[in-house]
Amino acid sequence: MANLKDLSKQKALFTGGHRACAGCGAVIIARQVLMAAGPNTVVANATGCLEVVSTIFPYTAWNVPFVHSAFECAAASISGVEALYKSWVRQGKYNKKVNFIAFGGDGGTYDIGLQSLSGAMERGHNILYVCYNNEAYMNTGVQRSGATPKGADTTTAPVGKVKKGKEQFRKDLTEIMVAHKIPYAAQSVVGNWRDLTSKVEKALAMDGPKFINVFQPCRLGWSYDPEMTCEIGRLSVETCVWPLYEVVNGQYKVTKPKEKKPLVEWIKLQGRFRHLLKPENKQLLDELQTATDKNWEDLLRKESLTSPAAEPKPSQTLR
Amino acid sequence: MANSNIVARTGNEAMAEAMRQINPDVVAAYPITPATEVVQIFAGYVADGLVDTEFVPVESEHSAMSACIGSSSAGGRTMTGTSSQGLALMAEMLYIAAGLRLPIIMADVNRALSSPINIHCDHSDTMMVRDSGWIQIFSENCQEAYDNMLQAVRIAEKARLPVMVTTDGFIISHGMERLEILSDADAKSFVGAYKPENYLLNFEKLITVGALDLQDYYFEHRRQLAEAMKTSKQVILDVAKEFGTKFGRTYGLFEQYKMDGAEIAIVAMGSTAGTAKVVIDGLRSKGLKAGLIKPRVFRPFPKEELADSLKGLKAVAVMDRSDAMNAQEGPLAVEVKAALFDASASSGANKTVLDYIYGLGGREIKPEDIEHVYNDLSEAAKGKAKQKVTYLGVRE
Repeated sequence: MANLKDLSKQKALFTGGHRACAGCGAVIIARQVLMAAGPNTVVANATGCLEVVSTIFPYTAWNVPFVHSAFECAAASISGVEALYKSWVRQGKYNKKVNFIAFGGDGGTYDIGLQSLSGAMERGHNILYVCYNNEAYMNTGVQRSGATPKGADTTTAPVGKVKKGKEQFRKDLTEIMVAHKIPYAAQSVVGNWRDLTSKVEKALAMDGPKFINVFQPCRLGWSYDPEMTCEIGRLSVETCVWPLYEVVNGQYKVTKPKEKKPLVEWIKLQGRFRHLLKPENKQLLDELQTATDKNWEDLLRKESLTSPAAEPKPSQTLR
Repeated sequence: MANSNIVARTGNEAMAEAMRQINPDVVAAYPITPATEVVQIFAGYVADGLVDTEFVPVESEHSAMSACIGSSSAGGRTMTGTSSQGLALMAEMLYIAAGLRLPIIMADVNRALSSPINIHCDHSDTMMVRDSGWIQIFSENCQEAYDNMLQAVRIAEKARLPVMVTTDGFIISHGMERLEILSDADAKSFVGAYKPENYLLNFEKLITVGALDLQDYYFEHRRQLAEAMKTSKQVILDVAKEFGTKFGRTYGLFEQYKMDGAEIAIVAMGSTAGTAKVVIDGLRSKGLKAGLIKPRVFRPFPKEELADSLKGLKAVAVMDRSDAMNAQEGPLAVEVKAALFDASASSGANKTVLDYIYGLGGREIKPEDIEHVYNDLSEAAKGKAKQKVTYLGVRE
């Protein structure tokens, strides 16, 4: 595990000069993931903010081989690259060690790309899929996605006279990935570089399909000042709205915050939740707090159930 | 003449056999009737270790083409097979494969598109993606399907365009015929080794594939694609010439059957051309000067050459095995007429062109149907006007 000083001395594999918004979390993720992965990495990217800001022809921010084809198929595209690699290694045409990483936003991962992601995971390709999850379709103008939390104001689930933003809870994609029985699934967040880079290193050291869901505050869609991205990211973890955890071969490991803060501290910093602070919407705010608490407790229960100490002794099960 | 073996094979077996001899680096595919057998048989070759291919049995045709795009841009010789709804699901990615100039090769077994759902042959699927930037080569029988597959590899890699080789669903795909197969060594030496110029797995020369093109570059890149399609015509002819010299079976952009001295002719693609040949033999013995043009290459469309071959005729019928739903006529007729229009502007010739839309969803096309077309043409050649578009064999 490299320290920050070492990491900062490395050649930038995702360079500056891209056209992302000031305070964009997606490009922080791309830079840190590549820092951890190193130069022998091929990247496939779904259509989305990350791709459009980083590859405006004839420029590119990628100092690694990069392919983008369409919105819903980053996982399938990287499957093809990895398949060729396997073929060439078997034929004795290639012997370099290479990492295969796909990046997709929540729209391209939770929604339209879920099928190709699921297929790639099921087939067992030796790839790492990184979802940069900013909880809406930011590239097309902040429309709701399957990752958008209940109560958030988006352009296709707006707050109006009758409706109060998105009406459904978000899909739990990390758990869907865990259900694929892949060797490694994890959640990380923008604002904790050590957590993200060490999870990437750990994932890439393992063989088979890996998935990391990285929570990424979006200053445009969430409506906050650009310098707050990392702070809001860290607060997502402290309020347990986005717990940091990993599931290694089915075993959960949760990184607990020193102190669990109330959800409203996270909510009040974001324009997309502005309406929730009004007294008439207190019930919805309470509902969100209750759901957050339940998710957190469920997660801790999963950790304790899957810990080695919790495993039943063979003699007990065989009787 | 090279050594060859004579075997009995269906169209799907012939295509799978060609794929085995090509031995691509990656095949990514999803099963679909009637193309299923192509990759099913090929999966058997993979299971038996007869090929070096990494087979990716994806969860959809969209992912099949996406994986092919990944593999091809990474530098691998890459193939797939599909049909109908599968081709439709791939459509988005077909445009991307062509736009990225990736030499992916596809076995495409022609089948009707939904709805209503139908599993039998027509050309609606291939026609739906005719503007995607893929070279489209039609086969009349198993032999052509096999020969076209081998040639497609060379064409794709030289023209830097993806190529689909089509057969008619069930008629060719499941029909068993005599097939002359090349020796593995001859096939291997003909297709040669693939040496991509720029590819993802080359860390010495980093590339970004699939960048965002805005107003300042997109138009130029599409223009280059259009030019590549134009110049691919010569590539197709060169590859066919080499194939003919080496193996004795000659191919061009289209085949002319009994066109010497012909006064009337039909233009038909795929298996129907074979049926038409039988009809022509009969008509010729009765003294009717009938001929056939069988386009082998629909994309790029051999406009000038085809117009030239039709110029001496009194009347022409186009057999369209799909409808363009354009309130005009079938797609092949539109292309043929456009070619003739441009040619007539210089020659001053004006010709009657009739379009027959036929055989949708596997509806049989019989010799007597084709004879009927020639009878219409004879009338039209005498100046007796016929309706321009006829739905042949439909109950109305």
